[in-house]
Amino acid sequence: MTTPTSRSASTARTVRIGGDRVSLRVSPRLVLATTVVTVVLLAVATLSLYVGNSQVTPTRVTEIILGDYGAATRFEILAVLDVRLPRVLSAILVGLAFGVSGALFQRLTGNPLGSPDIIGFTSGVATGAVAALALGTVGIGAALGGARPSIEAGAIVGGIVSAALIYLLAWRGGLDGFRLILVGIGVSAVLSAVRAYILSRADLGAAQTGYRWLTGGLGGRDWDDVALLVVGAMILVVPTVLLHRPSDRLSVGRELATSQGLPVGRWLVTMAVVGTGWIALAVIVAGPIGFVALAAPHVARLLTGRPGPHLATSGLVGAALLVVADIISMRALAPTQLPTGVVTGILGGIYLLWLLQSRRRGTA
Amino acid sequence: MTDTDSTNALEAERVTLSYDRVAVVEGLELGIRTGSFTVLIGPNACGKSTALKGLARLLTPAAGRVLLDGRDIALRKTRDIARELALLPQAPLTPPSVTVADLVSRGRAPYQSLLRQYSREDERAVTAAMAATGIEDLADRPVDELSGGQRQRVWIAVALAQETDVLLLDEPTTYLDLAHQIEVLDLCARLHAAGRTLVVVLHDLNMAARYATELVAFKAGRVVAQGTPHEVVTPAIVREVFGLEADVILDPQTGTPLVVPHRPPHLT
Repeated sequence: MTTPTSRSASTARTVRIGGDRVSLRVSPRLVLATTVVTVVLLAVATLSLYVGNSQVTPTRVTEIILGDYGAATRFEILAVLDVRLPRVLSAILVGLAFGVSGALFQRLTGNPLGSPDIIGFTSGVATGAVAALALGTVGIGAALGGARPSIEAGAIVGGIVSAALIYLLAWRGGLDGFRLILVGIGVSAVLSAVRAYILSRADLGAAQTGYRWLTGGLGGRDWDDVALLVVGAMILVVPTVLLHRPSDRLSVGRELATSQGLPVGRWLVTMAVVGTGWIALAVIVAGPIGFVALAAPHVARLLTGRPGPHLATSGLVGAALLVVADIISMRALAPTQLPTGVVTGILGGIYLLWLLQSRRRGTA
Repeated sequence: MTDTDSTNALEAERVTLSYDRVAVVEGLELGIRTGSFTVLIGPNACGKSTALKGLARLLTPAAGRVLLDGRDIALRKTRDIARELALLPQAPLTPPSVTVADLVSRGRAPYQSLLRQYSREDERAVTAAMAATGIEDLADRPVDELSGGQRQRVWIAVALAQETDVLLLDEPTTYLDLAHQIEVLDLCARLHAAGRTLVVVLHDLNMAARYATELVAFKAGRVVAQGTPHEVVTPAIVREVFGLEADVILDPQTGTPLVVPHRPPHLT
């Protein structure tokens, strides 16, 4: 049933089922890379359950995971099942969201630096969150509806408003990648000024919470966050799967892709909507953690040897990166807890510099 | 493939094409005869490449319409058009580290779906396209490592794999040395002889006259002259279109018109 059509490892092979009715293209290296990343992700995620600032012995952790609560104290069970487990699951899903979003935006902008952090979506979500925080403490929110606007609600509103603004300004009878980046950088700059103003006017407590949120992190994420992530991911996964082939077909450029029968305009808009959805989901839960969306597609491309960012691999790489960064953030200066965003910032920055250096030497 | 001289494979009816509301081509009336090897010529920025993009629905006309086999392309599914007309843009992107065979197989996209990613029909068409362009031996090589001439043949194979009756090429010989230009144009002539309708944008007037059955001269977004090379390549039209004083003699090899610019000032 299987007909290998070529020898080269990066060349796709064809698998035929039922004569010629179904034919699937499979790249051995892509399968291998995706398997390796999945194994690494599961390994670091498991490791992460054994790491934390509360002292629980490894044996005890294993017992609790396997459902044997006999010897464990109430505190230990809580630490593993209600603190560490939701934190790891949040890291996986947030990393996945960053990775997929990064791959979509790199393809949409046709630019390896066209990540959602740079385009300004992250900035919009962050500004909304900070505004909600400040409004809450100043009391306007309370005066308006009695309830203090939550950070999440503010983040969602900020994300929608900024995305609408960016797309509206960048739209010229269609989406142009370069224009999107330039408009995004501009909007991002304005939003960061707005954020700085809000924080400068907010009271000390709110400003401190705001700054902490802006660094981005996974500390204290609970099952509510996991539930939000699961629901969001379930909604976004279907259009993402549908986007996979069009995003690959775009790698020959918009003109040739159109000539090859791809309705490019329609798919670019879908990409923008779905990519914005993923980035909003990640930032709402974990704050604007930097560099994962930028680095994940690059690492995925290096591993798969495939042209263009591969959505699934990029998502898995993003998840693995964030789990590793979170472990480092917990253990590097233990017992002091670093915000995860600080670790990804440092790792991502080093990675980017290495990338530029090796590009200059002509090895990447 | 129909081969009646009276029908037009492609037709532009009063087509206006613009970038950012600035019209680059205005009121274009153009018929591309079925089975012709039509070459669009003209000075830089005369609108010939823009016209080609309009014919291939890469640009939506601000006014007028383009007919493919008598039917308005704006009203048809882009995937269906892709089975009848292929365009090779001037600068397509080479996906990093893609192999020749993988790139050529991308030309089969309009025939594929989620469950039919590579049928035997696709495989046959890809093999045929690589054979027609003489790149079978390069199948497993990364495209980034090829020479300019080889790469251009690979791109033409990508367009050929679409198996369309109409093939549009935007400056396929630019950046190639003379021998490779000839190689690419000979390939075009073979494709034409095999029954395809070709529309090609070229810079070099003499090359255009050598290979075309039909020339269309553009100037400032309008068609100035259209006809056989002998009808279009005359001293008067060369002066009007390119602003160049030249004699036109007959190419001793092919008997096609050959433009010889007047003696430069430093020799007079």
